[in-house]
Amino acid sequence: MDDFLGIAELSTKTLEDLLDTAQALSEILSRPIKKVPTLRGRAIANAFFEPSTRTRNAFELAAKYLSADVVNFSSTGSSLEKGESVWDTVKTLEALGVDAVVVRHREAGVPQLMAERLAIPVINAGDGEHEHPTQALLDLLTVRQRFGRLQGLRVAIVGDVLHSRVARSDLYGFLALGARVTLVGPPGLVSEEWREWGAEVTWDLAQGIRGAHVVQVLRIQRERQAQGLLPSWQEYRERWGITREHLGWADPNVLVLHPGPQNRGVEIDSEVLEGAQSAVLDQVRNGVAVRMAVLYRLLGGAAE
Amino acid sequence: MAEGVVLMDREAIRRALVRIAHEIVERHRGTDRLVLVGIHRRGVPLARRIAANLEAIEGAAPPVGTLDIGLYRDDVGHRPFPALAATRLPLPIEGQTVILVDDVLFTGRTVRAALDAVTDWGRPAAIQLAVLVDRGHRELPIRADYVGKNVPTARREEVRVELEETDGQEQVILVKPSRDKGQERRGGE
Repeated sequence: MDDFLGIAELSTKTLEDLLDTAQALSEILSRPIKKVPTLRGRAIANAFFEPSTRTRNAFELAAKYLSADVVNFSSTGSSLEKGESVWDTVKTLEALGVDAVVVRHREAGVPQLMAERLAIPVINAGDGEHEHPTQALLDLLTVRQRFGRLQGLRVAIVGDVLHSRVARSDLYGFLALGARVTLVGPPGLVSEEWREWGAEVTWDLAQGIRGAHVVQVLRIQRERQAQGLLPSWQEYRERWGITREHLGWADPNVLVLHPGPQNRGVEIDSEVLEGAQSAVLDQVRNGVAVRMAVLYRLLGGAAE
Repeated sequence: MAEGVVLMDREAIRRALVRIAHEIVERHRGTDRLVLVGIHRRGVPLARRIAANLEAIEGAAPPVGTLDIGLYRDDVGHRPFPALAATRLPLPIEGQTVILVDDVLFTGRTVRAALDAVTDWGRPAAIQLAVLVDRGHRELPIRADYVGKNVPTARREEVRVELEETDGQEQVILVKPSRDKGQERRGGE
């Protein structure tokens, strides 16, 4: 593995190795001194061309817990405002001597293009509507910790599946590790094409989450309403919102995930988010562990 | 499957671990404020067995932890990364005497990494080292406090420890250097 660009291109073995490594590394988060010397002397650039708080923070902490140095770079407050192109910026970062670049960009495929041009490892932290692979890793790890397995679990991914890079990465990951995935959302926001990947597709929430062990709730992006793709928030909540009543259709031990930040009272109710079935805080914590695993995997070994 | 000279059989391993337990009790006048930490992978079952022996002798077993030194290697980035196993130390280790347990003491680099790892968790009263086999060829100023068997070896020879828990059989063998490069390497540092 020279770069980390998407879940779709990973073998099942690599995916499982990454989860095992993340599980082993998560121990560091509960230490009195949260630092190991593994990546001492390495520098990592966080290049975020799109706003992000938690993903960027998680990458930064992951790098620092492994003793790497981190330079943060975002599209505001940098040369980008002066018209410097993405390529110039990345080339500059490479010339500065960083050992890996973490990239988020609003356009799909930018990390892939960077990886083709750069000799150092490129890590995709979310590209357009393509993939958000570290989010999928943390979701898989959270579910595996709770159930001890992924094989045979029923997973429902609910919301604006069409525009969601999280949904895409999750879909590939859960299917690769043997879970059954149902995609649920309003007409126009879930595509029948996903059946070809082995997912079930439905517009009906009751049908979609019946017996589900895991419900991944996608964030509703407010601008979609302006585009006429969504009904009113009230109607959305009534038909696809994860309320306590709706969750009654799922398995009694259902685990609720949300990649955050949440629109409370729209796609998920506060009551559910803060309830016993919610795993959102585990997700945040695991977000650091999986990013440590990716950095360790890319920078901790020599070429095989 | 493995060919070579048998250095220790099941009974010899058992006796060595009983003797090490007796030496620990003698040195510490009991098992109070003692923590055993097995270095992954074969140090872990060895630490558990020594703890069981201590319980048989003293009526109380010290806590046993496990340690993976992968994050503390001095050759990070120089060879394919190894898989990481769980590190679980009985906390707090402040004021405790930590006895590191490993199967083979060779260059001393694993122990050096283990010392760094343990001190990242706190400041023990002392750290000691117990090994089943000391085969020499140190590259660092490190020695063992408790040794099951000292074995003079040539550098290119391999000392292979096989334990019931990890390998399904119980023996220590000395394997001569082979021309067959495809042979699996293990049991050293």
